[in-house]
Amino acid sequence: MIRILALLLALCAAGPALAQTAAPPPFTDRGQLSASELEFRAALKGERISGRVSIPDQQAANLIQPEGLDWRGFHNRTLAWIAGIAVLGMGGLLALFFLVRGRIRIAGGWSGHTLQRFSLLERANHWMVATSFLILGLTGLNLTFGRHLLLPVIGPVAFTALTQAGKYAHNFLAFPFTLGIVVMLLLWARDNVPEKADLAWLKQAGGLMGHGHPGAGRFNAGQKTVFWLTVFGGGIVAASGYVLIFPFSVTDIGGQQLAYIVHGVLAALMFAAMLAHIYIGSVGMEGAFDAMGTGQVDYNWAKEHHDRWVEAQVTKARQTVTPRDAKAAGAD
Amino acid sequence: MARMKFLCDSDRCIECNACVTACKNEHEVPWGINRRRVVTLNDGKPGERSISMACMHCTDAPCAAVCPVNCFYTTADAVVLHDKDLCIGCGYCFYACPFGAPQYPKLGNFGSRGKMDKCTYCAGGPQADDTAVEYIQYGANRLAEGKLPICAEMCSTKALLAGDGQIIAAIYKERVTRRGYGSGAWGWRTAYQEDMPA
Ligand code: HEM
Ligand code: SF4
Ligand code: SF4
Repeated sequence: MIRILALLLALCAAGPALAQTAAPPPFTDRGQLSASELEFRAALKGERISGRVSIPDQQAANLIQPEGLDWRGFHNRTLAWIAGIAVLGMGGLLALFFLVRGRIRIAGGWSGHTLQRFSLLERANHWMVATSFLILGLTGLNLTFGRHLLLPVIGPVAFTALTQAGKYAHNFLAFPFTLGIVVMLLLWARDNVPEKADLAWLKQAGGLMGHGHPGAGRFNAGQKTVFWLTVFGGGIVAASGYVLIFPFSVTDIGGQQLAYIVHGVLAALMFAAMLAHIYIGSVGMEGAFDAMGTGQVDYNWAKEHHDRWVEAQVTKARQTVTPRDAKAAGAD
Repeated sequence: MARMKFLCDSDRCIECNACVTACKNEHEVPWGINRRRVVTLNDGKPGERSISMACMHCTDAPCAAVCPVNCFYTTADAVVLHDKDLCIGCGYCFYACPFGAPQYPKLGNFGSRGKMDKCTYCAGGPQADDTAVEYIQYGANRLAEGKLPICAEMCSTKALLAGDGQIIAAIYKERVTRRGYGSGAWGWRTAYQEDMPA
């Protein structure tokens, strides 16, 4: 009882004092950061400032995402430099190589005989991948450089029409490209397994510099590199590309930005690498194009570049003509 | 010429969303697109505060810097606008924008996006001022009529300020001095590289 009385007394005494206390301390006085400081720290840490929104689009809950500024730097500077150096550098190297080494001739000359190197399915698939790759690459590079190179030349209306068409091409050709990569893997993986002889081939740089021809099976170490680069590089480029095609279906803004970075860098490097592949398969080497053109290669070309494959083919052919268990006529 | 800016006094914003509604109504913004939204930080916790955010019309705008078709331009009032006839809906401006301002109508195949839409500071677009085509593409052009953005005009607590940067900063500073506190101008550091002490 006494305790309650004492409490009442205390309350009465405190009453007027309570009424006079100021409003609760404002936000910034409670040890909270000011907007400017919060933004500064979030930017340093690369963190988003987000809260809650009452509209259905939950992405709108990100108030400030400072990574956008990093992404800008990547797109405008880093990627432009990487792609520019890779593509122009490779072009320069190939031109230099052509000047020094010239077209690599068939040392033994054209034999006049041919043998089948790639089937129709293999060639059709190769060209499906190649054309879609080239168009994907060119329309992609147009997004990186077109604004500076093409836009001033053809003007904004034509450039938008071209870039819009390029965007549709890039979206749709993604599918044949991906299918082709899978078929390629099924068709050629077996012949592209690395082996010991590849080391010797690499040590001699494939005979590109000297004049000897290191031995090789169906594919040499250089071709195997191109193959695995296409399959793995192309696979990652495709996977990141699908993330970009279906924005925000599997990840948030940070993930989209990352997918874009992976896609852009890898695609640019692959494009540059493929320039070398295109060079050696066309102007760079006599007799090479036929393999993917008609599918028939010259016997001498094959012996010089793929000796062990030729041996295997010849053995196989002999066996078809004279099966091992066949007996000579009149032998029995 | 004025340097137009937005400033949201988050010590006043009561998250009534009048600015969001006014904007949607004024410009007949399509379903699913919000040129302005109100974000509540620390929701339900001490220090809760709401900030109305739209395109901040940045200095050296990141969206303009990354656009592959270069379709942005900045008006004499420093308002960042874009040309929808040139935009290809690639989404790059959304990746670069620190405020998540660009929006895309969902169209056709895959995640393919229509032409980007964002706050125009009620300044329309590249079409002739206050014409029907300008209204359909970009919404009302209040600036051309000598009026300020509808969101700020409609704000029930006058938390959202729009106008010349120096004038609205002065109004805000006076408020801070008078009431003795303020958390500063949200986004100003990021958008204008300008520190606005509370
Ligand atoms: C196979 C699946 C692929 C998919 C799904 C894909 C998808 C995409 C998407 C969605 C974009 C964003 C731009 C836009 O929306 O138009 C993009 C950009 C790009 N892609 Fe691909 N892509 C693929 C393959 C490739 C290949 C094979 C290359 C190169 C050889 C390539 C090179 C590029 C480049 C360079 C960019 C843009 C760089 C920039 O914006 O500056 N892409 N890709
Ligand atoms: S807020 Fe976003 S959309 Fe607006 S000017 Fe800045 S970067 Fe561009
Ligand atoms: S979505 Fe339109 S405005 Fe935005 S970067 Fe792409 S082309 Fe430019």
